[in-house]
Amino acid sequence: MYEKKCILWTTIGRKILLALSGLALFFFLIFHLLGNLTLFMKNPDIFNQYARTLENMGILLYIAEGILILTFLVHIVDAILVTLENRKARSMPYYKEADAGKPSHKSLASKTMIYTGILVLIFMILHIKMFKFASSPACCGSKERNLYLIVSQAFTDPTIVAGYCLALIVLGFHLRHAFFSAFQSLGISHPRYTPYLDKLGIFLAVLIAGGFLSIPIWFFIR
Amino acid sequence: MKNCNFKILVWRQKGPQEAGKMVPYTVHDISPDMSFLEMMDILNEDIIKKGEDPIAIDSDCREGICGTCGLIIQGIAHGTRQKTCTCQIYMRDFKDGETITVEPFRSSAFPIIKDLVVNRSSMDRIIAKGGYVSNNIGGAPDANAMPVSKEIAELSLDASSCIGCGACVASCPNSSAALFTGAKISQYAYLPQGAPDRKKRVLEMVEQMDKEGFGNCSNHGECEAVCPQGIKILHIAKMRREFVKAALL
Repeated sequence: MYEKKCILWTTIGRKILLALSGLALFFFLIFHLLGNLTLFMKNPDIFNQYARTLENMGILLYIAEGILILTFLVHIVDAILVTLENRKARSMPYYKEADAGKPSHKSLASKTMIYTGILVLIFMILHIKMFKFASSPACCGSKERNLYLIVSQAFTDPTIVAGYCLALIVLGFHLRHAFFSAFQSLGISHPRYTPYLDKLGIFLAVLIAGGFLSIPIWFFIR
Repeated sequence: MKNCNFKILVWRQKGPQEAGKMVPYTVHDISPDMSFLEMMDILNEDIIKKGEDPIAIDSDCREGICGTCGLIIQGIAHGTRQKTCTCQIYMRDFKDGETITVEPFRSSAFPIIKDLVVNRSSMDRIIAKGGYVSNNIGGAPDANAMPVSKEIAELSLDASSCIGCGACVASCPNSSAALFTGAKISQYAYLPQGAPDRKKRVLEMVEQMDKEGFGNCSNHGECEAVCPQGIKILHIAKMRREFVKAALL
């Protein structure tokens, strides 16, 4: 008689967890982007109002942040475990390694997932420090935090804008392989639709990375 | 086409525990119509004439059927020509004077026995966990007594064309055996004959795959590109669906 072991302690289970947490973070990125697009409105109050609504949600915000942090932790720990196992499985590297070409999906993006992931993590820590925990510039007198002003001032600094551009391109690379890979890891595959899924992954990676990129660039050249 | 000369860079390793290294050789007057393995035979004759130890290579049918031969040529499993085994690579695919690298299939689950010969028993142990149909099928059944649609039968046949060469493992950046195991599970999962052991098969074969030390599948899909039978990674997705169903339901 066979035993049913915990699904997570298998190579398939770990990739399912990576895919589910990754997709959850993907949806978070979409909502984050949609919210941020209010920065393009002529009236800065719209963005500030949106930020304040989120900040005033109280316990709900803490719960949402808790879930988000947990999802990130699951994704990161799982990715590190998977990478360590993969390294162990090929203890001796090849002298020469080449790509076999189509129909392979192997690309610079797919080969560097752990590195682009680490870079995004470092960026994210700096990003949260820069905006979430920043206080309003003293000039304005208002008691409430003027996040619009913080953002617009930060993005006049060419170093910050360059850093953001670089980090968001790296994020795009991560998403390029992530989207297709998540569905494949979940066993969602169909001969007719999977080729489109790969293309949709590229499209969404460009759309999300491009959407976020447009913000620092717009504030910088404005 | 005139005969050519080549520089061959080969992995030499005396035994499983010994350290190995890439050793350069030269071969002269090679006909472009020769197969890659025939060229290696000529190189070995030269080495034997010099009184040295010849390069150990695995091969059997040399017709692209059995999957025994398996080398990394120019950094690609089974060489640069797709949907072929190493034995179906011909010297006309290389330029005169080209340096050709030859390495064994590398994976922690494929320990090197000698030079280019690796032990692929880990794949046999996965098969032993359920890569077969255990129920007695009796005499030849009536045709169409068990209805299977053409599309489903084709999917099963595609998966069953796996010859177990191990190129999928060798080409995978993570040394994952997901395509091999997926194909072996999928070929039965599509057919009524595989139904009695369906859950047991996927659970035990996946467990054995993990025990052998193969890596995780990162969906690079390089395995599909080097597979001599062109087996598609949709069978990996099928294995995952089968596994989740068996493990949770």
